[in-house]
Amino acid sequence: MIYLQLFWEFFKTGLFAVGGGMATVPFLFRMGQSTGWFDANTLTDMIAVSESTPGPIGVNMATYVGNQTAGPLGGLIATLGLVCPCIIIILIIFKVLMKYMKHPVVEAVFRVLRAVVIGLLAYAFWQVASVSLTGYKELIIFAVFIGLILYFKKFHPIVWIALGAVAGLFIL
Amino acid sequence: MIFQLFFSFAKVGLLTFGGGMAMLPLLQRECVDRKGWATEEEMLNYYAIGQCTPGIIAVNVATFIGYKKKGTIGGIAATLGVVFPSIVIITAIASFLAMFSNNLYVQKAFAGIRIAVSALILVSILRMSKKIIRDFETAILALLAFGLQTFLGLSPVVITISAIIYGLIMFRIRGRKEL
Repeated sequence: MIYLQLFWEFFKTGLFAVGGGMATVPFLFRMGQSTGWFDANTLTDMIAVSESTPGPIGVNMATYVGNQTAGPLGGLIATLGLVCPCIIIILIIFKVLMKYMKHPVVEAVFRVLRAVVIGLLAYAFWQVASVSLTGYKELIIFAVFIGLILYFKKFHPIVWIALGAVAGLFIL
Repeated sequence: MIFQLFFSFAKVGLLTFGGGMAMLPLLQRECVDRKGWATEEEMLNYYAIGQCTPGIIAVNVATFIGYKKKGTIGGIAATLGVVFPSIVIITAIASFLAMFSNNLYVQKAFAGIRIAVSALILVSILRMSKKIIRDFETAILALLAFGLQTFLGLSPVVITISAIIYGLIMFRIRGRKEL
C-alpha cells in the first residue's frame, strides 16, 4: 500500500525534523536510501527546485517525492503526512501555553527567547546573503533594494520579489 | 473567517521563496500590519517555539495564528492554506522539473529574487529588533545566538533550549533579589 507507506515515511520526517526547512534534508537522504524512491542526485535537484519555487521547502519536497512515487494523489498524501505531526503538536502546545502565557516565568523566558530568535534570524539572513550576494553587482542591487524597501514602507513584499526577478533577468 | 485564514496563508505560501525564514516579511505584512491577527512579539514567540518543536516553521506559525483566531479548525485551515500553493505548483512542474531548474532565465530570475529576499529579511530583522532588543542583555543574547550558530555550527535546537534554561535561571535569581 504505497499511499500508507508515503504517509508514514513523511509523518516520521515531520515528527523528528526539528527546526524547519533544511532540517528535513538529512531525513530525506535516509528515506531515499531505505525506500529506493529517489537517489541523492534527484534529491539535490529537488532542493534546487524547492528553493526556486514558492512555499516551504519541506512541503515542496514531500509533494515532489510523493508525486514521483505514486502520482498527484501520492504528492498530496506525502504532504499531509509531513504536516500532520506538526499540527497536532502545535495544537497541544497552544492549549498549554495559553493557560500560562501571563505567568511571570513564561514571560521572562520568552523575553530571552525573542532576543535569541533575532540572532537566529540574522543567521538565516547570513545564509541567504552568502549564496545570493556573490559579486559587486549583486551587492549594489542589494543596497538599492534595502534603501527602496525602507523608503517605500507601504509596498507589499511581492513588489520587491518581482523587481528582484526583473533585476536578475536584466542585470545579472 | 475560516476562508480568510485559508486565503491569507495561501497568499503567504504562494509568495514565499526559500523556506520558513523568508516567510517572515510576508507574515508581518499579512498578519501583523493588515489583519492584526498577531503582534510582532507574538510572531517571534511562535518562531521561537517553531525552532524547538518538530515540523516546518511555516506550518507551526500558521497553526498558531489559525488556532488563536478560530480554534482547531482555524489552525487546520491556515496550515492547509500555507501548503496549498506548493502542492499545486510542484505537482504542475513535477514532470519537467529538471528542465525548469536548468533553464538559464529561471536561474537568473531566481538569483535576483534571492537578493530581494535577502533585503526583505534584513529589513524585517531590523524592524523586529527595535522592539525586542531594548537593553544590553537582549543585545548580547541575540549576538551570542547568531555567533554560536554561524561560527560554531551549534544547532538552533540546542541554542533555543539553552536560552530557555538561561531564562529560567535568571528568573530565579531576579525573583529572589526582588524579594
